Amino acid sequence: MNYAVETFDLNRSFKLKKAKNKKENNNTPGKLIALDNASIKIHQGELFGLLGPNGAGKTTLIKILSTLLLPSSGTALVDGVDVVKQPDQVRKRINMVSGGEHCGYGILNVRETLWMFSQFYGIPTQVAQARIDVLLKILKMEEFAKTKIGKLSTGLRQKLNFMRGFVCGPKIMFLDEPTLGLDVQIARDVRAYIRTWMKENPERTVLLTTHYMAEADELCDRVAIIDKGKVMVCDTPGNLKKTLAGEAVFRIEVPLAANGMETFGQISGVKQFAYEHKSHLGRTELKFILHDESAISNVTEFLSNNSSKIVSLSKMEPSLEDVFVALVGRGLKDENGSQN
Amino acid sequence: MKTDLKTNFKAIIARAYVRIIAANREPSWWFSETLLPILSTAAYVYVYKALKAPPEYTGFVILGGTMSAYWIQVLWSMAAQFYWEKEMGNLDLYMIAPISRMSILLGMALGGIIQTTSRAAFIFLTGSLIFNVSFAVVSFPKLIAVFFLTLISLYGLGMLFSSLFMLYGREAWHGVTLLQEPVHLISGFFFPVRNLGFVVGVVASFIPLTLGLDAMRQLAFKAGAASGFINVNLELSVLAVLCVIFLVTSKYALELMEKLGKKEGRLTLRWQ
Repeated sequence: MNYAVETFDLNRSFKLKKAKNKKENNNTPGKLIALDNASIKIHQGELFGLLGPNGAGKTTLIKILSTLLLPSSGTALVDGVDVVKQPDQVRKRINMVSGGEHCGYGILNVRETLWMFSQFYGIPTQVAQARIDVLLKILKMEEFAKTKIGKLSTGLRQKLNFMRGFVCGPKIMFLDEPTLGLDVQIARDVRAYIRTWMKENPERTVLLTTHYMAEADELCDRVAIIDKGKVMVCDTPGNLKKTLAGEAVFRIEVPLAANGMETFGQISGVKQFAYEHKSHLGRTELKFILHDESAISNVTEFLSNNSSKIVSLSKMEPSLEDVFVALVGRGLKDENGSQN
Repeated sequence: MKTDLKTNFKAIIARAYVRIIAANREPSWWFSETLLPILSTAAYVYVYKALKAPPEYTGFVILGGTMSAYWIQVLWSMAAQFYWEKEMGNLDLYMIAPISRMSILLGMALGGIIQTTSRAAFIFLTGSLIFNVSFAVVSFPKLIAVFFLTLISLYGLGMLFSSLFMLYGREAWHGVTLLQEPVHLISGFFFPVRNLGFVVGVVASFIPLTLGLDAMRQLAFKAGAASGFINVNLELSVLAVLCVIFLVTSKYALELMEKLGKKEGRLTLRWQ
C-alpha cells in the first residue's frame, strides 16, 4: 500500500516560559504538548481530513509534514520520504495553504505573484502562465489578474493564496483551514476546486485540517479527530457517524445561560453534553447525546425544574461534530468543555 | 543537480523581479530615496565650503552620499527583510519551497542592487553636476573592481544580518537601528576615514563601505591618495576577503538559524 503520509508516534512539545508564580509551578519552565504520539496513515489519492478544535495540534502536524518544524520524537514520512532526514526531497512533493494567511507583495499584481511563486518550484514560465489562466478562470479571478494584490479585499487575497499553492503543481497538498474567514460563495468555490483538482490526477493527495465539521463531512474520504495532540479516531465520515447509530442526538435552545452548565451532563441517560453560547441571539444551544431517545424526558424535566425555558427542541441526525462531542466530551466551541 | 540549479536560478530571478518592478511602481520612493539624500549630502557640502575645505571634499561627500543609498538599502531591505517576510507570511512559503534559502537572499540582493543603482546614479550625477565636482580617475579597472567588491561584500553582510532577523525579529531590528548612524560616522561617509585614526579605521574596515569608499576616493580624485587610509591594493584584497567571508558565513548562519528555528518552533512565530 502506498501512503502519501505516514506518521509514527509523532510527538512535539514546546517549552513555555518560566511561571511567575513560584509556589504554583516551582519556577520550572512548563511544557506544552502539541502532539502526543500521533500516528496517521493517509493513502495516496485520498482527501483526508484532520478535525479538531483550536489548539488540538492540527497546524503543528502540518508544520512538521511541510518541514517547517522538527518533531520532538517519532517519525513522519511524506510520499515515503522522511521529513527530518530529507526535507529537500519532501519539499519537491508538497505545498501548503493556510487559511487566513496572505502571500506575496502588495506591489505585484495577481498574475505576477502567482508567477513568482511558481518559479520557486522551477516551473517553466509558459507552463506557469497556462496554469495561472486555468486557476483564474475556475476561481473566478480573471478580472483581477492585473490588480495589485495590495488593492485586493481580504477574501480575494485568501483566494490568491489558495491559487498560489496549486499553481506550483504539488503531489501532496496540505490545506490548513483553507476556508477560514471566507464568505460562503468563495468558500464554495474553494471546496469545488479541491474536488476538481483531486479528480484530475488519482495520485494527488490532500490533507485538510478544519474545525468546520460540515466541510470535512462534505469533502473528505476519511477523517481523523484530534484533540490535545492525540488522534482519537480515524475512519470515513459515514462510519464515524454510525458509531452514534444507537444513540439519540438532541438540540435544545434555552435563553442565554452563563452558569451551571456542568450539571446538564449529570442528568440520567445523558451520554455526552456540549453547549455553545449564541450571545447575538440571546440563546445557549445545548447538545445532548443520549443513551436512548426516552432519556429526553429526563432532560426536559431537569430543565423545567431549574426554571430554564425551552425555546426550541429538535432531534438531529448524528453529525461529525456529535462524534467529536461523544469522543471528547465537549463541543468544538465550548470554552471550558463539560463532562458527563 | 542540473534541475536544482535551474530552479534556484529561476528563484533568484523571480525574487529580484519584485524589487526591480517595485522601483518603477512606487514614484514616492524616488522622492524619499533620491531627493532627500541629496539634501543631506548638500548640507555637508555647504559645511565644507564654509570651512574652506579643499575642493576634493565636495567630491568625497557626493561619493559618500551615493554609497549611503546602498547602505540604507542593505540595512532595511536586506538585513531586515526576513523580519518583514515573516510578518507577511512569506517566510513559511520560502522555507517550504525546494530551493536554497541563499537563492532568496541572492535574489533580494540582485534586485536590491539594481533598484538602488538607479537611485545612487541619480544622486551621483545630480550632486556632481550641481556642485561641479571634478574627477581625476587614476585607474578605471581598479575603480570598477573596488565598486563591485564593495557591493558584493556589503550585500554579503546584509545576507548575514538577515539570517539573524529570521529568529530575532524585534531584537535584531533594534540592533540595525543602532548600527545605522554609528556606521555613517565610522565608515567615513562624508570625510576620509583616516581622520578617525588607525585603530578606529581598522575596526570600521569590517564594514565594507569603509575601505570601499576610501579606495574609490583615492582612485577617483586628484588629492584622494593623500587623504587615503591604506594602500588601494591592500584595500582591494581585504574587500575580496570580506566578500568570501560574508557570503560563506551567511550561508552557514542561515542554515544554523533555520535549524534552530525549526527545533524551537520560532521559525514561523510572529510578533516576536
